[in-house]
Amino acid sequence: MSETIRLEYTVPGDDFARAGEASADLKHTLKRMGFPAEAIRKASIALYEGEINLAIHAHGGQIAVEVTPTAIQMRLTDQGPGIPDIDLAMQEGYSTASEQVRSLGFGAGMGLPNMKRYTDQFAIGSQVGVGTTIEMSVLL
Amino acid sequence: MTIQTILDLLQAELLTPDARLDTQVHTACGSDMMSDVLAYVKDQAVLLTGLNNPQVVRTADMMDMVCIVFVRGKRPSPEVVQLAAQRGIAVLATGHTMFSACGMLYAAGLRGSGSHV
Repeated sequence: MSETIRLEYTVPGDDFARAGEASADLKHTLKRMGFPAEAIRKASIALYEGEINLAIHAHGGQIAVEVTPTAIQMRLTDQGPGIPDIDLAMQEGYSTASEQVRSLGFGAGMGLPNMKRYTDQFAIGSQVGVGTTIEMSVLL
Repeated sequence: MTIQTILDLLQAELLTPDARLDTQVHTACGSDMMSDVLAYVKDQAVLLTGLNNPQVVRTADMMDMVCIVFVRGKRPSPEVVQLAAQRGIAVLATGHTMFSACGMLYAAGLRGSGSHV
């Protein structure tokens, strides 16, 4: 593949049932295009965790994906409440999710660590009251 | 182990009639926390869960899992079953508890997968 492929998604806030649609679309689009299965799996799992976070913490957000010949690059932006202590949020097991979110199977404090684990490059920036941006890539 | 074997061992009901029951299952994972499921790489895996919402199927799909078993008599909604069928994931329902269902599969030789990426 020599061209850059661009995909954009809007994640609705507080619509838990629809969270994951963007990651599923990314996964199946890249699969159809013949990208390596392991890279697709890593990228789509990381994006799925991000999508869940957008839905449950940030009242929704935007996802922009660029697939170049060398990487699957994903940028997630939201205008949610922001993260006061990023180091703490990156620790496995730390979560601010509500009991309701936990009863839905998330909020185990594994979302951000999983995103970092499954990607080759991971950067997060956040400002309380303004929002959060995550940029992460899986190399091809 | 095949999906058919899991169906028989757990005295389960198959909710996706078109599923390929001769599909091989290499590893298993039992959890109600989807992020824990997502933390470990699995190969041709079955997910046992008592959680009952569409994110169970999304998680299984992201992990390329081949089968979901709903334990302790949980019945997924038709939408959940349909989503799984679209993704080629077999859906089973058993009356056994999580502990018993996992134990039966372990005793029959199925193992978990414990490695991070």
